[in-house]
Amino acid sequence: MLGWTLREVSAALKQGQITPTELCQKCLALIKKTKFLNAYITVSEEVALRQAEESEERYKKGHSLGELDGIPVAVKDNFSTSGIETTCASNMLKGYIPPYNATVVQKLLDQGALLMGKTNLDEFAMGSGSTDGIFGPVKNPWSYSKQYREKRKQKPHGETEDSNWLITGGSSGGSAAAVSAFTCFAALGSDTGGSTRNPAAHCGVVGLKPSYGLVSRHGLIPLVNSMDVPGILTRCVDDAAVVLGVLAGHDCRDSTTVQDPVKPLTLPNLTDVSKLCIGIPKEYHVPELSSEVQSLWSKAAKLFESEGAKVIEVSLPHTRYSIVCYHVLCTSEVASNMARFDGLEYGHRCDINVSTEAMYAATRREGFNDVVRGRILSGNFFLLKENYENYFVRAQKVRRLIANDFVNVFNSGVDVLLTPTTLSEAVPYVEFIKEDNRTRSAQDDIFTQAVNMAGLPAVSVPMALSNQGLPIGLQFIGRAFCDQQLLTIAKWFEKQVQFPVIQLQETMDDCSSVFENEKLTSVSLKQ
Amino acid sequence: MAAPMLRGCCPGRRWALACIDHSSRHGRGAPTGSRCSGKRGQSSVAPQHLATAGKLRKGEHEWAAVVGLEVHAQISSNSKLFSGSQVHFVAPPNSLVSFFDASLPGTLPVLNRRCVEAAVMTGLAYSICVGAKRSQVINKTVRIKQIQLEQDSGKSLHDDLRSQTLIDLNRAGVGLLEVVLEPDMSCGEEAATAVRELQLILQALGTSQANMAEGQLRVDANISVHRPGEPLGVRTEVKNLNSARFLARAIDYEIQRQIRELENGGEILNETRSFDFKLGCTVPMRDKEGKQDYRFIPEPNLPPLLLYDSESLPAGADPQQVVNIDQIREQLPELPSVTREKLVQQYGMLPEQSLTLLNEVGLLEFFQNVIKETRAEPKKVTSWVLNTFLGFLKQQNLAVSESPVTPSALAELLDLLDRKAISSAAAKQVFRELWASEGKTPAQIISEKKLELMQDQEALEQLCQATLEEHPQVVMDVKKGNPRAINKLIGLVRKATLSRAEPAVIKEMLEKKLSS
Repeated sequence: MLGWTLREVSAALKQGQITPTELCQKCLALIKKTKFLNAYITVSEEVALRQAEESEERYKKGHSLGELDGIPVAVKDNFSTSGIETTCASNMLKGYIPPYNATVVQKLLDQGALLMGKTNLDEFAMGSGSTDGIFGPVKNPWSYSKQYREKRKQKPHGETEDSNWLITGGSSGGSAAAVSAFTCFAALGSDTGGSTRNPAAHCGVVGLKPSYGLVSRHGLIPLVNSMDVPGILTRCVDDAAVVLGVLAGHDCRDSTTVQDPVKPLTLPNLTDVSKLCIGIPKEYHVPELSSEVQSLWSKAAKLFESEGAKVIEVSLPHTRYSIVCYHVLCTSEVASNMARFDGLEYGHRCDINVSTEAMYAATRREGFNDVVRGRILSGNFFLLKENYENYFVRAQKVRRLIANDFVNVFNSGVDVLLTPTTLSEAVPYVEFIKEDNRTRSAQDDIFTQAVNMAGLPAVSVPMALSNQGLPIGLQFIGRAFCDQQLLTIAKWFEKQVQFPVIQLQETMDDCSSVFENEKLTSVSLKQ
Repeated sequence: MAAPMLRGCCPGRRWALACIDHSSRHGRGAPTGSRCSGKRGQSSVAPQHLATAGKLRKGEHEWAAVVGLEVHAQISSNSKLFSGSQVHFVAPPNSLVSFFDASLPGTLPVLNRRCVEAAVMTGLAYSICVGAKRSQVINKTVRIKQIQLEQDSGKSLHDDLRSQTLIDLNRAGVGLLEVVLEPDMSCGEEAATAVRELQLILQALGTSQANMAEGQLRVDANISVHRPGEPLGVRTEVKNLNSARFLARAIDYEIQRQIRELENGGEILNETRSFDFKLGCTVPMRDKEGKQDYRFIPEPNLPPLLLYDSESLPAGADPQQVVNIDQIREQLPELPSVTREKLVQQYGMLPEQSLTLLNEVGLLEFFQNVIKETRAEPKKVTSWVLNTFLGFLKQQNLAVSESPVTPSALAELLDLLDRKAISSAAAKQVFRELWASEGKTPAQIISEKKLELMQDQEALEQLCQATLEEHPQVVMDVKKGNPRAINKLIGLVRKATLSRAEPAVIKEMLEKKLSS
């Protein structure tokens, strides 16, 4: 039952096949069993059980709050949760307990969802591997799947199996792993340059980045205010639509949310795609793209074509400037909005008290990792008076050009763009850390980042397993605020490709026992 | 973090003014300032400026001073610029702090509509007249470059004894109007007058209480000196001037300092200075507090703010979501310059009298209340309020609101005077009594002190007759044609009446008797 989709289990709750408390306990047990994945930073067991009890009462009385009532969900640890530690996987916020809920968290709770815990990430969501947080890397559940293990057995044994676990992608790797490993039915991620879609692709789940302005950012601890969007990770497209329906809408606490009333989101079953026009951006054919992803991408395009859709090549000529442009804008905004972390009002404060300035400096040195400090430094450099025009202002202009590329393509009659989400399937951790965070982020965000610059909705849908037995996802990009149309097309695609369910059950048991021992080593590594 | 986000006026636009425009000197976009000195006759104002500044030194007339101001006025608003926290002057530390004010991560700014409207309104009230000098009124243009909305900062309290710093965030995030005045001023007095006028405008608009003592109005002054005809000199900035008196003194000191420095072959550094009011001089501030690269970026969490007028207003726009300039224009209250004009027209006041009336907090209201309740002539009321009443206030250093004499009491007194129930001299005495013995009415004082004029003509005639008989020598002098002799007789009669008769009446009576 844990492998079911949100809507399936919701129906089961309604019919009384299972109670919210039973469901909650099953998930909690699985969270404990999969602790070695390191998907959760905080497991809010007590909160979840209390919420389950309340939900159970409602079901008994026949007053369920809707499809999310009694559904276990997880939330990335960069969303503020009232009374529950919110760390951003950083020493800076270790022990920080927000006094308020992020709007999206509040909306989930208002619908009766059960908060299982806060999921792991790269420190302050800066990364593409979920490997760079103070709580250690997240392990991809597919590393332990029957599908992957069987493929590996065919290969000659060179290395020990357990040292070859795969990364989840990031930065919302904890949320992706949590959904993928069946410990919850939906999870919140955040998406600034691909942080929801990238781990979704690597973990074989659906990852939705809604249009900028559709979902409130209030309470989401910012990375880049002008690009951040709360993301949704689920097991299927319909589930993502259910959650989006709950989260979307104006929030008086976030002035960038749109005022227009949001209609409830239900996705029709497309039967005919012949009136659709699918765009294939030619600039996304990059040399680094793995041949497997390339061929799946072509296969997907052919699938649409064979069903009568118009598939055309389109051009997004400024895409190639996206990485460097993002670098300038991201670091500049980071430098600005992270000035708040000074150790005064909340969070980490060092012991040095020679002067206020010395206190600030030491607090920030101790609180942030190298990646965060590096971005703050670069950002402050770009914002210096003598650099402002040349870097920040110029990057803003390039951003406009990148956004206009999309506008032009959509104006030419394209309904959605079809692209890869990632260059390849998930790589082993030992491979991943050979490059530094910055290089990795630059490479891995290549297909996802321009979307954030333009504020468009995009969704990664798992398509098939690679030769190694690992998930590969493709990305659909839609028109601004046409999230429903985007999801409708994604749902049709999902139905055609029939992505296989992860087979964890058999391997899980021996894994958890193996990792009982490994936990000790990883703890000592952290020090 | 506090990104300024509204530019109320186009740079260079004349917010200003002037009733009399010396505009030949104000080249567009190239403010030159007026000269404190120069060729005689070019400006009758100029020499007085240096006189105000005092300490005329050799060679000083060769210098011209240029002064520009940045005025920070706290906006009258119930809540802060970007958060819902209340705004109070006196509140326990850190009691008015929202999650946003404490910069909790994840909180976002929400723009306070009231603050935007206050900025627009202030931008619309575009007239400043710089003021009175001695007995003549000089009008001068001071242009407003721009108005910005800003947030106030928190307060650090340093406990040196325990070497601790305590922080109070009550003030953090309170909306400020930063009004940038072009360098159209040339001395401390002009600057102080411009600030006073701005203060009156803000108060009239209700956009700021602009109380300097409570820190609601703070001024930074940019000052430079140069030789007429030469490029502007290097400027210094004197920060945080929070009283009109210090503002004028600081500017005049700084002008003199710069001249002295240059004449001694030194150079002026582009630096930030503060005014030490105890020593009466400006001193350089620590570098850190001076020039800083703030590295501002446009606030990404607020959508662009568009101001509309009735013409550009999109059809079907939600009135709650837009600011309509025309609508605000309609709500504009009367501005001080208009009020003054009306006073001059309605009551035959001199322009400088109208200035004084507005410059003293509460004085105009006092005046108007007296006018309402008395039959006395407006000119008389003006003279009494501005000379007698204001004189007493100044002498005792009191505010209008602290006056022991109410408008009604003064009105009653002026009525009595108007009815000729008392003499002018007696009226002054009654006023003194009113001031000293709060609660008594003029009528009570008059009857207690027997100050009413003698209504009994016969008795007065008898006193006159008696005086004439008692002083034959003086009568002789009168008859010989000594014009002063009659005054002596008048004085004697007045004395005999205990000052309860008008000299004019006595004079008439005496003359009648002498000529008969």
